[in-house]
Formats: sequence, C-alpha cells, structure tokens
Amino acid sequence: MTSASADSAPVVTSGLTKRFRRQIAVDRIDLEVPDGAIYGFLGPNGSGKTTTIRMLLGLISPTAGEISLLGVPMPAAARNALRRVGSLVEGPAFHPYLSGRANLARLDAADRYSDPRTSQSRIESALDRVGLLAAAQKRYRAYSLGMRQRLAIAASLLMPRELLVLDEPTNGLDPQGTREVRHLITDLAGDGATVLVSSHLLAEVEQICSHVGVMYEGRLVAQGPLSELRAGTVQTVRVDTDRPEDAGRVLAELGLSDIQSSAGYVTANLGDVAVEKIMPNLVNADVPVLGFAVLQPSLEDVFVSLTGEGFDVSG
Amino acid sequence: MSAAELFVVSSRPRARVSTRFLRSELKIIFGRRRNMAGLGVLAVLPVILAISIRLSSPSQNGGPDLIIAIAGNGLFVAFGALALELPLFLPLAVSAISGDSVAGEANLGTLRYLLAVPAGRSRLLVIKYTAIVIFALAATFLVALVGTIMGLSLFGGGDMTTLSGTQIPLADSVWRLVLSSLYLAAQFSALGAIGLFISTLTEQPIGATIAIVLVDVLMFILDSISQLAWLHPWLLTHWWTAFADLLREPMATQSIQRGLITAAVYAGVFWLAAWARFSTKDISS
Repeated sequence: MTSASADSAPVVTSGLTKRFRRQIAVDRIDLEVPDGAIYGFLGPNGSGKTTTIRMLLGLISPTAGEISLLGVPMPAAARNALRRVGSLVEGPAFHPYLSGRANLARLDAADRYSDPRTSQSRIESALDRVGLLAAAQKRYRAYSLGMRQRLAIAASLLMPRELLVLDEPTNGLDPQGTREVRHLITDLAGDGATVLVSSHLLAEVEQICSHVGVMYEGRLVAQGPLSELRAGTVQTVRVDTDRPEDAGRVLAELGLSDIQSSAGYVTANLGDVAVEKIMPNLVNADVPVLGFAVLQPSLEDVFVSLTGEGFDVSG
Repeated sequence: MSAAELFVVSSRPRARVSTRFLRSELKIIFGRRRNMAGLGVLAVLPVILAISIRLSSPSQNGGPDLIIAIAGNGLFVAFGALALELPLFLPLAVSAISGDSVAGEANLGTLRYLLAVPAGRSRLLVIKYTAIVIFALAATFLVALVGTIMGLSLFGGGDMTTLSGTQIPLADSVWRLVLSSLYLAAQFSALGAIGLFISTLTEQPIGATIAIVLVDVLMFILDSISQLAWLHPWLLTHWWTAFADLLREPMATQSIQRGLITAAVYAGVFWLAAWARFSTKDISS
C-alpha cells in the first residue's frame, strides 16, 4: 500500500523543468537513479545540477514535470520522503558562532522524527565517521573549508538514510579528505543506501560511481551505467616513440583520426581500424616503438563526445 | 494517500508535542552575544532613570516635590522605563529578532538544511514566531523587572499614586505592572509578526530589521498627523500608550481591549501573509 508508484527507483523524475524568469535552468529531464546505485550527477558549473537537486529536496518548486523520491511524490509528500534522505546542498552552511557539535544538535532538534534520547550518541558517531570528533567543540567559524564540508556530511548522517543526495561533497577537501569521502560514500552504499553525488570533477566520480547522468546546459544529455556510457565512445591509441611525426603519418595512412603528436608520443582515435594492424605498419615504416597502448576513454572523453565541448562553465 | 496510510508510513514521529526545536531556537536567540548586548541596553535604561531621579530628588534639599509624591513607590521607575523604551528601544529589539528570524537563516544558508531535515515550512514559521513572542515577553519583563528592583531599592515600596490621584497598595501596583508588561509584550508580538513576514521576503537580515523599524516609525508618524485621525485607530502603535490606562483607578479597559484586538488582527494577518509567502517560496539561498 505504500508503493503507489510502480517504479521502485529511489529517484525518478519525468519532464522536470525549472525556468527562472527567462532562463531555463533545467530542461525536461528524466532522471532515474536505480536502487543501491552510486549515481554520479555530472556537469559543468551552471549546467543545472544544483537546481535539480534543490527541486528533488523540495527547496524550489518545478515549473513543470514530476518527481518521485523514495516512491512518494515531491514536493507533496516532502515530509515523508525527506526524513529518509540525507543531503548536502551547495556547500556547507551552519551557524558560525556555534560549535560543530551544537550545530548538529540544532539540526537534530529540528527533526521531529529523531529521538532526543539517542541524539547525543548519534551526533558523536556522525562526527566520528567524518573524523571531526577532535574539533567538535570548536566554533564553526574557526573551521577550515574541509572541516566545514565534513560537518555537512556528518549532518546528513545523523539519521539512518535510504538515500543520500550529496552536492559536490569533496569541494574544498585536500587529497586525503577526498579519498576519505570516497571511502565513506562506498561504505554508505555498501550499507544499502542509494547515493546521488554531484560533481564537476569527473575523475573523482569515475572512481566510485556505478551510474552516471550528464547534465549540459540544463539538459540530461546521457544517463546509464558507467560501463555502457564508456562503450559508446571512441577509443584512443597511444604510441610512445622518439619519431612522433613519422608515427603520426603511419596512423593517418591507416585511417585513424584526430592525430596529435607531442614530444615522445602520439595519440589518435582508433575509429574502425583494427588494433592489431597498427604495430606491423609502424614497424614496416621503421618507426621505433617504445610503447603502445589502447586507452580506456576517461569520463572526460565520454563527456566531450556527448557534448562536443570541453568541461567548462556554460553560460 | 489516506490518513491511515500516513500514520503507518510515519510510525516514528513523536506523538507528544516536543519543545526541542523551540528550545533550540531560544538557545540560539538568547545565546547570541549581539542579542545579549541588546537586552543589556534595554536593562540599563531603568537603571539610569532610577539613579537620575534619585540624584535630582529634593530629599536632600528638603522641599516637598511632585517627584516625591509619584516616586514614593519605586514601581514608578518600572512604568517610566517601559514608557521611555516604548517608542524605540523595545520595538527595535523585536525588529532585530524578527527580522533575523527567517532572513538570517537564509543568509547563512542554514535555512535550506533546516528544510531538508525536514523541519517543515509551516512548523518552522510557528517555531520562529513563538520564539519572537517569547523574546518580546522576555524583553518587556526584563525592563519591568530591572525597573522594579532599582525603584524598590532606591525609593522603597510604599503606596503608589494612580493617574486618577488615588493611592493603591504595593501588591496592587505590582499586579498592574504585570498587566502592563503583558499588554506591551502582546503589542510587540504583533510587530514581530510584521517582522516575520518581512523576514520571509529577503535574505538580508539587517535589511529586514531596518524595514520593520521603518514600518514602526511610519505608524508613529501617521499617528501624530491629526488630519489622519480616521486612520489612527487602525494603526498598531496608536494603542501602545494605552497601557497607562492600567494606572487609573479603576482601570480603564476600553482602549486596552481595542489595542489587544488590533494586535491580534495584525499578528494573525501578518503571520498568514508570512505563511502564504514562505510555504511556496523557492529557497535558493
């Protein structure tokens, strides 16, 4: 009786649109985050990721379209859905003159579903989980950006959550902190939570995500399991040689495209050319080959192939 | 979705009404240094008032004086302090708190996290307004209390002369002071509802506070333009000085009643306006 929606996916949107005055920030997107997925929500700054996340959390209302969050419609059933969702939206925000611990207590007090008797222990374990216990008594204003980010993640962990919506969770963290957050996210997913993590750092998402959705200028240009998206893009070969010009000429004759010579190596798009034909041809042309590799397309390559543009801020 | 289903789905909400969120809100208001300093300023005025009357009191010079007559009961300091803080200090304090209520959270960005908890938009407004009312009560009673302590210690607690010229005993005058404070706190709470509404319109708490003070001052100015006499009964501030009626013998309650009704209408209208605005507002801060 709880599942009015036939779809069991934790996040489903259809035709979700947000228009601010004249500008369309989010344009008819059909998001689907499968149960148990770590879903990388990608896109350059200004592509509509945060606006989408704000709509998912009921902070702003859609101009058109529908949202189902954990099986219930948003924002109509916001109360029922949101208590099962932990979130981090557009950076941390806390009362500067309160300590980290007091800030968490404040949020816990605002939650009518949380048990005051367990408040203290839940706060301590959330702080512990993000490595902030030692700084819990410090005022928030004295926190570094990385500590603030950790506190925001701790806030989303105060209650058991079925879905975590994390907007740029590693923003401002040092490499060590970034790695810890990645581990944390995989841990949480291991516990059965679904995670929607937005990022403009492709390499970071690539390491942990099972699924990705790519936003570009307000549109969801691609969505699916990471492996499927990768399969759809061109493969690149790289030849290490001390005569890159000659190597490039051979590759061009074979029919490879987008040949780029650099000092010591040359890269090219494989296209339809069979990989095994490349080496013999290079050898026949007397090009000394020091190394040869077929490169897995990076998420960035996937992105470029989808949008035809670099991963920059779009106006 | 049926009511029964909601009940099943949300099996964990606390059945009893919890004051946790309200207590947290009060802790933030009263724990903030800026607000403590503001309350300190409110409390200093009755001290200054009492000491200056004491020093100018002719008891050293020997001659009988009107001041002796009215200041024979120290509670007069409390009433005097309330009257002095009525036009600016107390409304300013309430404006600062109510202007900060929603706009301050929006400005810090904490509003989006409260709503994502979810605190609930209507519930948040109820809590915010309850805290404003409690602050209005606390501020008014603080002035009255400091005035009482200073007055009683400097002038003693004899009979008090009412505005009608009769004498009333100490207990009766304390009772009237309590009634006056409650009446004024109700008036400031109505101003706080205007403040809550303005606070939902902006992300700038200082801007909201200034706007509320402007509304307050504007009402005072309109109230002083005699050509606008038809408008006066509709102005919230028009009824504020009516608390002096409580010092008559017997107490005159007509203006007090009108004042309370006006305050209730202002509070209700502006709380609903705040709710109408806030319940559908896009939170993009």
